[in-house]
Amino acid sequence: MLALVTEMLSHEFMRNAFLAGTAVAVACGLAGSFILLRGQLFAGDALSHVAFTGTLAALLLGVDGRLGLYGGTVGVAALLALLGSRARADDVAIGSVFAFVLGVGVLLLSMFTATMSGANSSVGTAALFGSILGLDTGAVRVIVSVGALASLALVVVARPLLFATLDEGVAAARGVPTRALGVAFLVIVGVVAAEAAQAVGALLLLGLLAAPAAAAQVLVRRPYVAMALAVAVAVGAMWLGLAASFALPSVPPSFAVIALAAVSYAVAGGYRWLRPA
Amino acid sequence: MELLRDLAEFEFMRNALAAATVVAIGSAVVGWFAVLRRATFTVHTLAIVGFPGASLAALLGVSVSLGYLAFAIAAAAVIASAEARGAGQREETAVVGTVQALALSSGFLFVSLSARNVSSSQALLFGNVLGVTQAQVWLLAAVTAVVLTVLAAVGRPLLFASLDREVATARGVRPQLLDVLFLALLGVAAATASQITGSLLAFALLVIPAATARLLTSRLGWSIAISVVLALLATWTGLAAAFAADWPIGFAVPTVAFGAYVAAHALRLARSA
Repeated sequence: MLALVTEMLSHEFMRNAFLAGTAVAVACGLAGSFILLRGQLFAGDALSHVAFTGTLAALLLGVDGRLGLYGGTVGVAALLALLGSRARADDVAIGSVFAFVLGVGVLLLSMFTATMSGANSSVGTAALFGSILGLDTGAVRVIVSVGALASLALVVVARPLLFATLDEGVAAARGVPTRALGVAFLVIVGVVAAEAAQAVGALLLLGLLAAPAAAAQVLVRRPYVAMALAVAVAVGAMWLGLAASFALPSVPPSFAVIALAAVSYAVAGGYRWLRPA
Repeated sequence: MELLRDLAEFEFMRNALAAATVVAIGSAVVGWFAVLRRATFTVHTLAIVGFPGASLAALLGVSVSLGYLAFAIAAAAVIASAEARGAGQREETAVVGTVQALALSSGFLFVSLSARNVSSSQALLFGNVLGVTQAQVWLLAAVTAVVLTVLAAVGRPLLFASLDREVATARGVRPQLLDVLFLALLGVAAATASQITGSLLAFALLVIPAATARLLTSRLGWSIAISVVLALLATWTGLAAAFAADWPIGFAVPTVAFGAYVAAHALRLARSA
């Protein structure tokens, strides 16, 4: 066991993956907790579609894919926040826009693979399912800094944000700027989504936002304790998932991480079901 | 013209056209009921669950069509039992989000494990109509025929129960039974639509044409007919773009469908103004 860990950490790409993965997991655990409390999981779904299309648009334009990724998710998050409760679009409208955005991504992907031959054919797969084992040191540095900043920002606004989430009317009456907090929160979620997309991919980041936070909230009632537990579950799933994919090279890391997060949610649900509080 | 000559010459083009046509008709009709019953989110989930089914089938070397069908029907059964228990609203979205991510990641695992090129995951997710075989066309046609026959048989009570559940129950319709039956039909329809548009874009063929048609008219027969016409328009445009310019069908189908949807909204606004 110890030998495996030493061997695993002797590879630079694994050290990079653990560093970036930890930053992503902490941010996702925190952001996911608030997303569930606020009932905004659909925003995570929206951001995952934009993450895919934004990355490919940037790559096709010949700039760093991360530019399109962060630009797309933060822009759409701000848009969603500004539309806010005024425009409560229905499921059909939201789903139609998602399908269209994804369709544009498919076109960009086919144009990209047509113009750049050979080695770049894996770009689509990386955008969809992540490439955490392929991150270079510079990319890891960016992910860790962004993750730390986003997590710090969430911790700073945690108290008023929680107040505004649990009872918006009373919070507003007490002078909490609920609207500004809501916008700021979604922008942070946009940043976290872009960060997570590089680790587990655009299609799977929803799982990393939802599963650890949901598992924690099933088990614990007190919000701050649940948040800490969500972070622990996300980091645990990330570490074990990375280790599993190192031990079994044919298992992609994003699958292992998401599967472990989902299992933890299922176990939490089963535990709760067996002994109701 | 050249397109028609090619169509006569190449079997793969005829297969693609036949499969896309059959699937568009079935999707438009089943999707119309799904929109009526506000089950559009379920459509998306059922289609996504088909992805690991298809990739597992490819890994095991059995028919991909059967993989889509088996997983989508199984998911429909799970959703039916969850609905029967009456799961809570907030928890439900977390469950759905987790299940979707788990399904997509499992599909990716199966694609990675199989010896085939990893880009085949993109064909399963975003559609690849040019590889449709003759056997697949027959299977899709048979499945769609069964779905449409069942739907025709239960159409009236289903419509009744979808519009006014209480009155329908009082008149002797059994809504719970119809719920389960419709979910099964929806699972099958999602599995067939996914084989043309891919798992991630089945929504475009199942929901958008039907929602557009319902914006345009409130008359039942016309509404279903418009839904079918729009679905055919989207898939045929997609095929033409794929044949002529090698554009992915996963772009053309949602774009045409979404364009019609936006136009229908604009028309409605103009009419009411």
